[in-house]
Amino acid sequence: MSDKQMRITLTAWRQDGPDAPGRFETYDVPGVSPDMSFLEMLDVVNERLQREGKEPIAFDHDCREGICGSCGMMINGQAHGPERGTATCQLHMRKFRDGDHVTIEPWRAAAFPVIRDLIVDRTALDRIIESGGYISAPTGGAPDANLIPIPKPVADAAMDAAACIGCGACVAACPNGAAQLFTAAKVQHLNLLPQGQAERWDRTINMVETMEEYFGSCTLHRECEAACPKSISIDFIALMNRDYAKAQLAQRRLVGQTFP
Amino acid sequence: MAATLTPRGGVAPVRRPRKGGPAIVRFYRSAVGKKWVMAVTGIALMGFVLVHLIGNIKLYLSKEELNLYGEALRDMPGHLLPRTWLLWAFRLGLVAAFVLHVHSAWGLTVINRRARPVGYQSKRDYVAATFASRTMRWTGLIVLLYLVFHLMDLTWGNANPDFVRGDPYNNLVYSMQRPAVALVYALANVALAIHLSHGAWSLFQSLGINNPRYNGALRRFAYGFAGIILVGNLSFPIAVQLGLVDLACPGDDPVAECNEESGL
Ligand code: FES
Repeated sequence: MSDKQMRITLTAWRQDGPDAPGRFETYDVPGVSPDMSFLEMLDVVNERLQREGKEPIAFDHDCREGICGSCGMMINGQAHGPERGTATCQLHMRKFRDGDHVTIEPWRAAAFPVIRDLIVDRTALDRIIESGGYISAPTGGAPDANLIPIPKPVADAAMDAAACIGCGACVAACPNGAAQLFTAAKVQHLNLLPQGQAERWDRTINMVETMEEYFGSCTLHRECEAACPKSISIDFIALMNRDYAKAQLAQRRLVGQTFP
Repeated sequence: MAATLTPRGGVAPVRRPRKGGPAIVRFYRSAVGKKWVMAVTGIALMGFVLVHLIGNIKLYLSKEELNLYGEALRDMPGHLLPRTWLLWAFRLGLVAAFVLHVHSAWGLTVINRRARPVGYQSKRDYVAATFASRTMRWTGLIVLLYLVFHLMDLTWGNANPDFVRGDPYNNLVYSMQRPAVALVYALANVALAIHLSHGAWSLFQSLGINNPRYNGALRRFAYGFAGIILVGNLSFPIAVQLGLVDLACPGDDPVAECNEESGL
């Protein structure tokens, strides 16, 4: 633990409710330890605000270990801040320097309305999952492990996609407000595996089309990939595009799965 | 407000595309399908740009070579079809590709604008987006506007006072000798190269052609392709402006006479 202390200036988006107009407010934050996480720094600010009888800054968080996908905000214009492959809760204040000015703002997208301050409603991501992010499996006794052989590279690729924590940073970072990386990860982690084949084509069509009801389109800026706290590759977007074209143009729903 | 429009709370869709219709129409209605169409038409347009460049290199051989090339295009494919039929087929195909490319770009722009009606209030800091990827619609628009001028200048001739039908060599040289035209030509080709440096890579992604083993090569292909088009196309106005390529036969004599005089 270092006992070096930092002082930063924090400019935060404050918005009292979904329909209230928002504004930036600036706070002087002394006594920041470089070992604090970004959210702990916000905790410090909020404790002070509460002592002063003011409303604390509302932000989403839960696990604080980068696995739940609750946290997330724009930090100096970057989703989850300047550290690659890191969620806001895992971002440490040592990434900033003494005297830095840090500006935080909620995700912005038509599908992510602000609820309060830095909290946005990410229900639209759930709508995408509901439309196809599942497999049909028989109930009953648990199957034996390794009953279905899956090549290691395939299992690895599926796991890479399944690392998505659904935080919405890809949407926030995308200049087009597209949810392609999220949807591609959720489509492909099932499409790659034998267990996901039964619904493969319906899943692809339904999840892509639900995504498109809420979000923008992908123009390959690669901002999502850079913002993703799990560093999920845009390769999965290509795989989803391929599956979508196959599903639509090959009319698999009519003729069945007759060629690869 | 928005919440009252949705059945299950949360957020209202920003877009509800119509369902049904033939598969190809359904596909094109989707943004993924539009990107696919952009990629396929982009490949067609890239093919055109490359063939156009290769043909124009004949400028450096001689007036006769370039003009014969123009004739050969009209004569394709020899006597198998009436003259200019195949050329017209190519032209119509190109027009179709262009219209679809622009139409899908327009549709995607509308979708993207709607997806983020309220932008970020603080400064965005892009880490991966390139200048090319962020300016696609502007570089595309510049190329589109330039294309109209280019056709008026060298195909229809109404923007070129010295235009002689059937003499592309002199038309080109006359046109490029005007400094303003040479400059506009150069700028439009810079815009085209920037457009290609992103488009020639991203089309593979849109089509789902992706394999970690050759993703790097695809990226280099796009830069290489854009570079070849840039260097090749920029060489024409520069060569004419430097006087390396000059009028083969000044005045507006008919092609045949002119060739006799200059002993070609
Ligand atoms: S709080 Fe769970 S991922 Fe950050």
